[in-house]
Amino acid sequence: MKFSEAWLREWVSPALGTQALADAITMAGLEVDGIEPVGAIFQGVVVATVVAKAPHPDADKLNVCQVDDGSGERVQVVCGAPNVDIGQKVPFARVGAVLPDDFKIKRAKLRGVESCGMICSASELGLEEGRSEGIYVLPGDAPVGKDFRAWLQLDDHTIEVDLTPNRGDCLSLRGIAREVGCVTGAKVIEPSIAPIAARNNAQFAVEVSDSEWCPRYLGRVIRDVDASASTPLWMRERLRRGGIRSIDPAVDVTNYVMLELGQPMHAFDLDALKGGIQVRRAHAGERLTLLDGQDVVLNEDTLVIADHDRALAIAGVMGGEATGVTGETRNLFLEAAYFSPLAVAGKARDFGLHTDASHRFERGVDPDITRPAMERATQLLTAIVGGSPGPITEVRQPAHLPRRADVELRRERLSACLGVRLPDEEIHRIFRSLGMASSAPGQSWRVQIPSWRFDISIEEDLIEEIARLHGYNRLPVRRPQARLGLKADDEATRPLRRLRRHMVSRGYQEAVTYSFVSPELQALIIPNGVSPTLANPISSDMSVMRHSLFPGLIKALTHNLNRQQHRVRLFETGLVFQGELDELVQTSMFGGLICGTRDVEGWSSRRDSVDFYDLKGDLESLIALGGNAEEWTFVPAAHPALHPGRSASLCRDGQVVGWLGALHPGIRAQLDIKPEVYVFEVEQAALTQGVIPKFEPLSRYPEVRRDLAFVLREDVEIAPLIESIRSRAGDWLTQWQLFDVYRGKGVDDGDKSIALGLTWQHPSRTLNDEEINQLIADVVEVAQARFGARLRS
Amino acid sequence: MDHLPALVNEAKAAIAAAEDAQALDQVRVRFLGKKGEITALLKGLGQLSPEERPAAGERINEAKQALQHELEHRRHVIEQAAMQAQLEAERIDVTLPGRGEANGGLHPVTRTLERIESLFQHIGFEVAFGPEIEDDFHNFEALNIPAHHPARGMADTFYFDATRLLRTHTSPVQVRTMQSQQPPIRIVCPGRVYRSDSDLTHTPMFHQVEGLLVDEGVSFADLKGTIADFLQAFFERDDLDVRFRPSYFPFTEPSAEVDIQCVMCQGNGCRVCSHSGWLEVMGCGMVHPEVFRHSCVDAERYTGFAFGMGAERLAMLRYGVNDLRLFFDNDLRFLRQFN
Repeated sequence: MKFSEAWLREWVSPALGTQALADAITMAGLEVDGIEPVGAIFQGVVVATVVAKAPHPDADKLNVCQVDDGSGERVQVVCGAPNVDIGQKVPFARVGAVLPDDFKIKRAKLRGVESCGMICSASELGLEEGRSEGIYVLPGDAPVGKDFRAWLQLDDHTIEVDLTPNRGDCLSLRGIAREVGCVTGAKVIEPSIAPIAARNNAQFAVEVSDSEWCPRYLGRVIRDVDASASTPLWMRERLRRGGIRSIDPAVDVTNYVMLELGQPMHAFDLDALKGGIQVRRAHAGERLTLLDGQDVVLNEDTLVIADHDRALAIAGVMGGEATGVTGETRNLFLEAAYFSPLAVAGKARDFGLHTDASHRFERGVDPDITRPAMERATQLLTAIVGGSPGPITEVRQPAHLPRRADVELRRERLSACLGVRLPDEEIHRIFRSLGMASSAPGQSWRVQIPSWRFDISIEEDLIEEIARLHGYNRLPVRRPQARLGLKADDEATRPLRRLRRHMVSRGYQEAVTYSFVSPELQALIIPNGVSPTLANPISSDMSVMRHSLFPGLIKALTHNLNRQQHRVRLFETGLVFQGELDELVQTSMFGGLICGTRDVEGWSSRRDSVDFYDLKGDLESLIALGGNAEEWTFVPAAHPALHPGRSASLCRDGQVVGWLGALHPGIRAQLDIKPEVYVFEVEQAALTQGVIPKFEPLSRYPEVRRDLAFVLREDVEIAPLIESIRSRAGDWLTQWQLFDVYRGKGVDDGDKSIALGLTWQHPSRTLNDEEINQLIADVVEVAQARFGARLRS
Repeated sequence: MDHLPALVNEAKAAIAAAEDAQALDQVRVRFLGKKGEITALLKGLGQLSPEERPAAGERINEAKQALQHELEHRRHVIEQAAMQAQLEAERIDVTLPGRGEANGGLHPVTRTLERIESLFQHIGFEVAFGPEIEDDFHNFEALNIPAHHPARGMADTFYFDATRLLRTHTSPVQVRTMQSQQPPIRIVCPGRVYRSDSDLTHTPMFHQVEGLLVDEGVSFADLKGTIADFLQAFFERDDLDVRFRPSYFPFTEPSAEVDIQCVMCQGNGCRVCSHSGWLEVMGCGMVHPEVFRHSCVDAERYTGFAFGMGAERLAMLRYGVNDLRLFFDNDLRFLRQFN
């Protein structure tokens, strides 16, 4: 909502400067978004009359004019505007004037002819965007010699208020003025609107078939208008300052009344209408060409204003092209109606529209302002275009008009909610300022809500009004009180925070990537993944919900690789979305990615690139936080995003809960990623659920360690071998270390050698050599029998 | 016997001249060893008269002890010198950088969210989460935003179909919590939210923290106290000015926007606060009875307040970040600044 400060001050003028006034409005809950001067800065411009005009002797497009600027002497000025003419009133910048952008007017010679000043266009005075067609021709009653700024009240501001959707009542000068009155206590002077007596009997029939959506409809015929008349400057200026472009008198007047009183209106060309007005639901498939030229197909959910032939307008949204007022219009039909918010809500958007009318009707319009608005529009319009108004036709269905029930406010509830007992006088002062009548104080008040405060229907609404107008910042401040009750705290759970910090201390940087990704990237990485697609994405590369953390992490990787960041270690936590909407699973995942050198570049570090075991080590260390590493296994398995020989599923208690591996070289090639990349993702719940430590007594007896070296085929997996060895090494095995894996000299091609350190300790006695030797024999035997491993000599 | 003083002097000179442990030992052997010159004198005592023997013996022993003492002292000096030489040889350049993995870091949004969570956990709030693909009921209907309510236009919603959408705020978690547990309720709900808006100052995804306190006797005064405490704690400024401005949210009433004194210019007016001296940082209000009704909480018995804030906005103000979009580029040069 934008409006002129000067106009507002005609309604209510508290003794506050512009900024203080804006602050007061803001602190009442109508946030002032901007205060702009209504025109650019200039001085030395007066109203003048062009009294003579002759062609310039040496220039085709210039005229030499004589103007009367009220100084008593004629002034000669050379003017290049095509529309300049004798008798015109114009804004005239005298020598010494300063126009916007510090443009100083000096005495000059134009092609040899002296020019003492300048006749200005609207754009030269900052009153119009772009470049005006010609000079600004003022109305004939403009007073010659008068300072132009003062005459046009240009020392004014446009105030823009960002209204919340509940305050539809403030979408007018009348509403803003009331609010200013409430906040400042200044008196509000409403302009008196007298009924306009009918000067003929012309009426146009109105039928309303959907009175639920249109409980009140007023129409009025105005005959014999001169639609070619032009809108007075003062009205055009007020509209301009309210952000509305001047079109023609009929449109301007309806807009003016909307801005002034909050009632959207429409004017039809009566001679284009057939039979009578019908307010009805549109027929399915019915078509209408709107004022903006758009062709729309209506449906039965749309309320239309129709005549006996066709739909003329979408009720409360926009009129039709065919029946709008033009310069040739002789007879008008003016409409002022109350459409229920439900009739209009969402309708404009369905047609890709948002109009000043729909904006207001969606939020609510004062149901009692319909008739005053009609009278006001009649008065303003006939003053411009003449004509003779007929009587007002009104169709109304009171049962469907908003009900004005009183609202009860309990004193106890008010005090409890605000944490303070406000004095009765203060509460009554606020009620009065809001135009609300209330019963005498007791345990509660019965409050009558004025027609324009349709947002108020429950007790809390009144509590808010009182809090707001008393001043939020004058209300008490307290700290909430509560019983000090301990909450259960599950010690086995490893909080996400702990996991995150662990990654951080291993050199990972946390990423936050968008939850929606490009469908192409996702299909490349997770070809069979199904996840929901947005119906209205912001762009196609952010249109499908991520099925995995991989696409986002990989995108973040390429962003960094493209910026010469070659060592990348990232992790992310967040939801992934799997399945069609109806079977959707939203799972919290923990994922990561590494790329580049194993070591940070440094004077003693090596340049080796990361490999699978770097990532696996980080992951094992993360898992170990839970204290239950033995529940986890890494199982060789294929994943479409991963190198089939370098990928594993991550299982907890045999259930797959995640994946890790090398990003598939084919995917890397497609994405033009040169270095190897290793990625993982695990269900967060599996990581966070750990165990509580359990103490075991320390043995006082010596431990025995034996190191064994085995030679085995290259393709034998180590984990099952160790598992078998552990299970055969007896109950007293306390530790094992795989301390070497070797290929090369001394080991045949296709074989590898491993070295394993086994440590035993008995809880209650010293182990003897025979026992150990027997265990080693068992271990060697199982390694040989099940894995073909030979003890290396 | 008579040459004893000369011998002692000679021995002392030899001790002083010994440069290392080995040379010193040779001196010891020469004078005090089994066949040493002093030892020989002691052996020669037998040839003296019994009258002379005690005095001579005493003199020789004194000389021996003196030499032993000298030897000991010299050994210590030599060892010290050797240690000194070794230490000198082992000197390294301690100004070389240390070895090992560099620290990573939390994302500034996580850092901010965790900080907010902690501040509220300290006064007994719990952290609650909810789904991000929500339904119309939890995101709108239950929060008193019926279909076609103009407030739906306050947040441009991403839809999947007629009823399923990406949550536009973390407020649905309020509803889910109240549906599953009875008051007293004290929760904060951090998380990702989505709005179909993308320009210099909007990203289609951002983070919010929603807070909710429901109990008997909770008032607007409690809300004001909690919010002011929080903002002063978050910005670590006890004197931070906080003001409450009437506003409108369908799910709270009375509702307020909260402004703080601009933390960039201390309220003097700058570009960040559009020269107003104030920054809008969060919204809040008393829980609307309609929300209680949808969540099956007795609105006559219980009252409560709710608040919501944008994590990115607070992070930008706290750390001076001037471009919202940086949060989601995941540029390491940006992320490392928060390590």
